[in-house]
Amino acid sequence: MTLLKMKFNQQRRVRLAQGLWLMSWLAVTGGAFIFCLGVYLKTELLRRDEVMENAEIHVVPNILMMVGLASMGTNWVASRVCQDSLDVSRFPRWKVPLLAWFAMAALLCCLLLTVVVLSYALQGSLEDSLKVGLRNGIRFYKDTDVPGRCFQKETIDRLQMEFRCCGNNNFKDWFEVQWVSSRYLDFTSQEVKDRIRSNVDGRYLLDGVPFSCCNPASPRPCLQNHLTDSRAHYNYEYQSEELNLYSRGCRQALTDYYMGLMNSTGPGVLSLFSCVQMSVLLSMRYLQTAVEAAIASENPEGESEGYLLDKGVKETYQDVRAKVLGLLKFGQVDPSEDASGAAEGAKTADTEKAATPTPAS
Amino acid sequence: MPFMSVKFNLQKRVKLAQGLWMFYWLSVIVGISIFSLGIFFKIELRKRSEVMDNSESHLVPNLLILVGMLACGLNAFGGKMCHDALDPIKFSKMKPMLKPFMLLSCGFSMLLLLVALLCFLMQFSIYLTLAEGLKNTIRFYKDTDTPGRCFMKRTLDITQIEFRCCGNNNFRDWFEVQWISNRYLDMSNDVVKDRVLSNVEGKYLMDSVPFSCCNPGSPRPCIQHHLTNNSAHYDYDHRTEELNIWTRGCREAVFSYYSSIMTSIGVLIIITIILESMDVAGLKYLSTSLETMTDPENPECESEGWLLEKGFKETFADVLTKLKTLGRANQVQEGGDAPEVSPP
Repeated sequence: MTLLKMKFNQQRRVRLAQGLWLMSWLAVTGGAFIFCLGVYLKTELLRRDEVMENAEIHVVPNILMMVGLASMGTNWVASRVCQDSLDVSRFPRWKVPLLAWFAMAALLCCLLLTVVVLSYALQGSLEDSLKVGLRNGIRFYKDTDVPGRCFQKETIDRLQMEFRCCGNNNFKDWFEVQWVSSRYLDFTSQEVKDRIRSNVDGRYLLDGVPFSCCNPASPRPCLQNHLTDSRAHYNYEYQSEELNLYSRGCRQALTDYYMGLMNSTGPGVLSLFSCVQMSVLLSMRYLQTAVEAAIASENPEGESEGYLLDKGVKETYQDVRAKVLGLLKFGQVDPSEDASGAAEGAKTADTEKAATPTPAS
Repeated sequence: MPFMSVKFNLQKRVKLAQGLWMFYWLSVIVGISIFSLGIFFKIELRKRSEVMDNSESHLVPNLLILVGMLACGLNAFGGKMCHDALDPIKFSKMKPMLKPFMLLSCGFSMLLLLVALLCFLMQFSIYLTLAEGLKNTIRFYKDTDTPGRCFMKRTLDITQIEFRCCGNNNFRDWFEVQWISNRYLDMSNDVVKDRVLSNVEGKYLMDSVPFSCCNPGSPRPCIQHHLTNNSAHYDYDHRTEELNIWTRGCREAVFSYYSSIMTSIGVLIIITIILESMDVAGLKYLSTSLETMTDPENPECESEGWLLEKGFKETFADVLTKLKTLGRANQVQEGGDAPEVSPP
C-alpha cells in the first residue's frame, strides 16, 4: 500500500517540475543567507575572542556555514534535476545520484534542527567561558608592559564602554584586583604602603574602578575613587547611587548580546528554511516517482502515479533494516556456507538489489 | 551639417535602444542611492544636532532626497520611452513628449550641478556651526538639571568617546569652564572656596577633564585631574605625556567625519551628472535616428542620428535669435506698419 499516492498527467508533471525549480532556487538563496548569517556570527564571536576562554560556542556558526554551503550545492543539483526531468533521455542518469541527494537533504534538515537546539544548549558553556576570560582580563589589566598582555587594558576598556558594563559580575570585581600597575605607584608614599600592607598578597587594592566603567548618562561628573566612602565626596550616598557607574556585569552583557543574536535569527530563519527544504525534498520525491513511472510505462506523455513511499512506513522500515543488515553481513564470512557459495549468494543479492527500484531512499 | 552624426541600421538602432534602456535603469539605481544617502545624512545630522546647537542647516540632505526622487522618476520614464521607441505606433505617440523631456533632463542636470556645488560649499557652514555649538555644549555640560540642557552632558561624553576627541580645539578648553555643577561642590570646603575666588566670575575652574577624554590605549590608568601639575602624580610629565587623554579637538574630528560624507556624496552627484548627460545624448541619437528613417514603412532601412541638427556655432546663433525674438514679440515693428497705413 503506497503512502500518499497522487495521479500526475503530463501537464501536472510539468507544473511540478517548474514549481520545484523555482523552490530550489529559493532554497539556494536561503542557503546563501544562512551562510552569511554563520559568517556574521563567527566574526562577532572572533572580535571578542580575547575575553573568551574556550571556543566551544564556535560550533554554532561553523555548522551554520557548512549547512549554508551544503544546501546551496544540494538545491542547485535539485534545479538541474528539474530541468532534466521532462527529457526522457536525460532523466535516467539521475537515478542513483538522487538516492544520495535524498540522504543529503534529510541530513541538512536534521543539522538545522541541531543548530537551533545547540544555540540554546551552549548558553551555559558560553557563560563559563566568558567568566574565566573576563576574570583573566581584569587580572591582567595592569600588565601593559608584559608581552602578550599589552592590549588587555585597551580591550577591557573598549569592551566596558561599548557594552556599557563594568567588571565580571558587577563593579566590585575591580576592588579585588590590583589594576594599577606598580610602575605608577610611589612606594615611598605612606598611603601606598598602607594599602599594600593591608592584604596578604601585598597588592595595591583600592575601592576604585577604571574610567571605562563611568556612565555618561549620570547627571554628575564621574566618581571613580573612594566609591564605598560616602564622606569622600560631597552629596554622595554609596548605597543609593545608581547612575554613576554601569551596574551591569560584562559577562551578563556579553551573554545577552550573543544569545540575542542567536535566538533572534535561529528559530525564525532556520524553521522557515527547513520548511522550504522539506517541501523541496517531498516535491522531488513525487517528481522522481511520477517521472520514473511515466518513463517505465508505454506512454511517456500519459498519466502516471507519484508516491512518497512504495510500501507503508512499517514495511519500508523493515525492508531498509534488512538491507542494511545484509550489507553489514556482506563482509562477514558465514562458517556454515562455502566461500564460493557465499560469494555467489552475495552477487545475486547485489543484482537483485539493483533490479528492484529502491522504495525508501 | 549635423553635429556628430552617426549612421544607423536596424541592428544598431536596436542595440542603442537596449543599451540606453540599461543606462536609464542604472541611473534609477543611482537615484535611489542618492535618496538613501540623503536620508542617511539627515539622520546623522539629527543625531548630533545637540553639539551643533540645533541650528544646523538641513538644506543639503533635503535637496538630496528631492533630487533622488526626481532622478528615479525621470529615469524610469526615460527607460520606458526607450522601451517603446522601437515600436513605430508608440514612437509616433510619444514624439511630441521627446523635446520637453530632453529639456527637462538638461534642467535636472543643472540642478544636480547646483547640489554638487552646495555639497562642497556647505562644509564651511557646518564647520562654523560646529565651532559655535561645541563651545556652548562645553559651557552647558554641567547643567544637567536645566530643562532643555539635561542631555548635553551625555551627548558630549558619547561624542568624545565615539570620535576620540577632547574639547573644542583641544583639552585645554575644559580648563576654562566650570564643568562640575554647584550641586556637587561643598562650598564650605577651603579648596573649593580658593578656586572660586581665584577668578573674576566666581567659577570653579580646575585643570581637569571629564572621563570621556580618557584614551583607553594609554598604558597607565587615566589621569583626569591636576593635569598640569607634575608632582601630583608619580612618574608623570605633562609636557611629554601623549597617550593619557585624546589630543585631538572634537571640532576637527566631527568636521572631518561630516566632510568625508559630503565629499563622497558630491563625487556621486558628479558621476550622476555624467550619467544623465550620456542618457540625454543617447536619447537624442535614438530619436533622431528613428525620425530620419528614409522609408518609415520598412524597419530595416538606414537612418542617420545626430546630436545637433546644424553645427554647434549655428545652433548657438539660432538659440540666440530665438531668445531675442521672444523678447521682441510684443514690440511694434517700426518699418513694417508704414506701407499698410499709407493710403493708396
